[in-house]
Amino acid sequence: MALLEVRDLRTSFFTPAGEVKAVNGVSFNLDSGKVLGIVGESGSGKSVTAYSILQILTHPGRIVGGSIKFKGQELVGLPDSEMRKIRGNRISIIFQDPMTSLNPVYTVGNQLVEAIKLHTGRNGAQARDRAAELLSLVGINEPEKRLKQYPYELSGGMRQRVMIAMALACEPDILIADEPTTALDVTIQAQILELMQDLQKKLGMAILMITHDLGVIAGMCDEVIIMYAGGVCERGTADKIFYHPQHEYTKGLLRSIPNIDSDEKERLVPISGTPIDLLRMPSGCPFAPRCEKAMKVCLQGRAPEVWVGRDHLAACWMNYKTGMEKGLIEYGENGEIVRMKLDGGDEE
Amino acid sequence: MTQEYRPLVEVKHLKQYFPITTGFLKTTMLKAVDDVSFTIGKGETLGLVGESGCGKTTVGRSLLHLYKPTSGEISFDGMKITKKTLDEYHRRAQMVFQDPYSSLNPRMTVGDIVAEPIDVHKLCKTRQERAERVQELLRTVGISGEQSTRYAHEFSGGQRQRIGIARALASNPEFIVCDEPVSALDVSIQAQVINMLEDLQDQLGLSYLFIAHDLSVVKHISNRVAVMYLGKMVELASSVELHHHPAHPYTVSLLSAVPMPDPDKARSSHRIVLQGDVPSPMNMPSGCAFRTRCRFATQRCAEECPQMREIAPGHFAACHNI
Repeated sequence: MALLEVRDLRTSFFTPAGEVKAVNGVSFNLDSGKVLGIVGESGSGKSVTAYSILQILTHPGRIVGGSIKFKGQELVGLPDSEMRKIRGNRISIIFQDPMTSLNPVYTVGNQLVEAIKLHTGRNGAQARDRAAELLSLVGINEPEKRLKQYPYELSGGMRQRVMIAMALACEPDILIADEPTTALDVTIQAQILELMQDLQKKLGMAILMITHDLGVIAGMCDEVIIMYAGGVCERGTADKIFYHPQHEYTKGLLRSIPNIDSDEKERLVPISGTPIDLLRMPSGCPFAPRCEKAMKVCLQGRAPEVWVGRDHLAACWMNYKTGMEKGLIEYGENGEIVRMKLDGGDEE
Repeated sequence: MTQEYRPLVEVKHLKQYFPITTGFLKTTMLKAVDDVSFTIGKGETLGLVGESGCGKTTVGRSLLHLYKPTSGEISFDGMKITKKTLDEYHRRAQMVFQDPYSSLNPRMTVGDIVAEPIDVHKLCKTRQERAERVQELLRTVGISGEQSTRYAHEFSGGQRQRIGIARALASNPEFIVCDEPVSALDVSIQAQVINMLEDLQDQLGLSYLFIAHDLSVVKHISNRVAVMYLGKMVELASSVELHHHPAHPYTVSLLSAVPMPDPDKARSSHRIVLQGDVPSPMNMPSGCAFRTRCRFATQRCAEECPQMREIAPGHFAACHNI
């Protein structure tokens, strides 16, 4: 049993202009001790997926369907009092902007101690010791001094370390990192990523890493989910996604980033068009309007997710086409498609 | 670039200090840019990279006299920038800003935004001519002319950045400072804007100062790249040379910190993680500004500020230990 099982999650925001299906049928598993990356552009629903897991959605947003199971326990529809025992305790989150997620009028120590007291039942002195211990765990020197400082006295990287310390206060099973390094400089980003990898090895927690940066994902994640307009395009191991992408959007995304190792001045291949308006979602594949290879069927309906290789799922009609042309589809007893051998990475 | 190298923009010892109030009747000078010199050739793209707070945006803005430089000399096409020539300079040199959300006036139609440089420099004589020029500019950046009566909020981020570029092109400039033009955009849109900037350069023979923190984008678009740290330039070389033979320890670690979108390379690459944070520019270390985080720092680094010197043809670096 996976640590976290998300099945067909649907989250909508009911705005005056209409229903915005921010997350529209997302499924994945997160095993303990693994790092799972969710990649997508702005508005693809990656953060909303994370907020849905923790149920910290803001007002017009609501989970409208699907299931989220944590260690077998269903989280959707759980009363808030029960949810509070999981949130921050078993599953915690670090946000993108360390500047706005710390309270500017309390000292770092104050905020850390509060979290520790609330969740672990330690008394003041014990909580303070634990807070100092956590700060040194995340690589902050002079923790005693830092505890007395206010967030504004710390640099961006330092603040993000404090956020990580706070998230780790209860030794959670899952750490959700929502764009943890987007607001930071490259050298500081390298520090924070290094730290997260070390801590993950040391504490053995699972990490759900949300980012738009494919580079961050490549170095850290065991598995990757590619999201577009609220849906999952493709998921699989990092190697499969980067070396054998089987969804047109993933392929386009990988083509559009400049390769730092190539010296030839190659022209970038952008994805044409603009991201879709979530209020006016087409009935077909949401990527079809921007897809060069879009076919008639793409405009009519979404392609179901299908295994395209070992540990590799994709939802793209192109796979059905090439699968049929090359006879790579394996059918089950009732004629349903079991899997396709498309990504060519099964030799190992 | 086979023809003789003739600089279009020449910057010598540019300094930009800002007074900061540190106490009652007490001000300290914040040295945002401290003695930076470089040249940009015709049709060339100079990339400028560095971490936030290193002064790269300030260089771009002082260069265009959006801030009055504290000292230093800027010449454009052989012309010294003085009060008299400032008007002409502002027509021939333009800027594209980082944030496409705050750099367009929400109360003006897109057509008026694009026409602003035309109005300021009185480049069109009749209304008809002005309207035609606006349509043409919008078409150049891939926005249909009918959309000129819309407001900025009706466009997506990528389209807004295109409008910003159309505005910069309105006065027929020869030189454009692009201040992080793609960092606020999604990856798939980034490539569109980068390609467009390259096409415009080919068509109109523009020169760019391309300011960015994303090293792979900078390497892609630039002929030469300059690296800044705490207000000083630490290295300047052609983009290929800089990538393969970075000399300054800061450049080395900056390059190694770039996350690679390739799992095998990312796993095998050796990341040099810099310790600590960038020191405050209000409280600069003595000597070399980078010495507090440098692995090779010696006594000399604390005493003497290294100057830029040529370590290979066309490759400049400011470090004592090279």
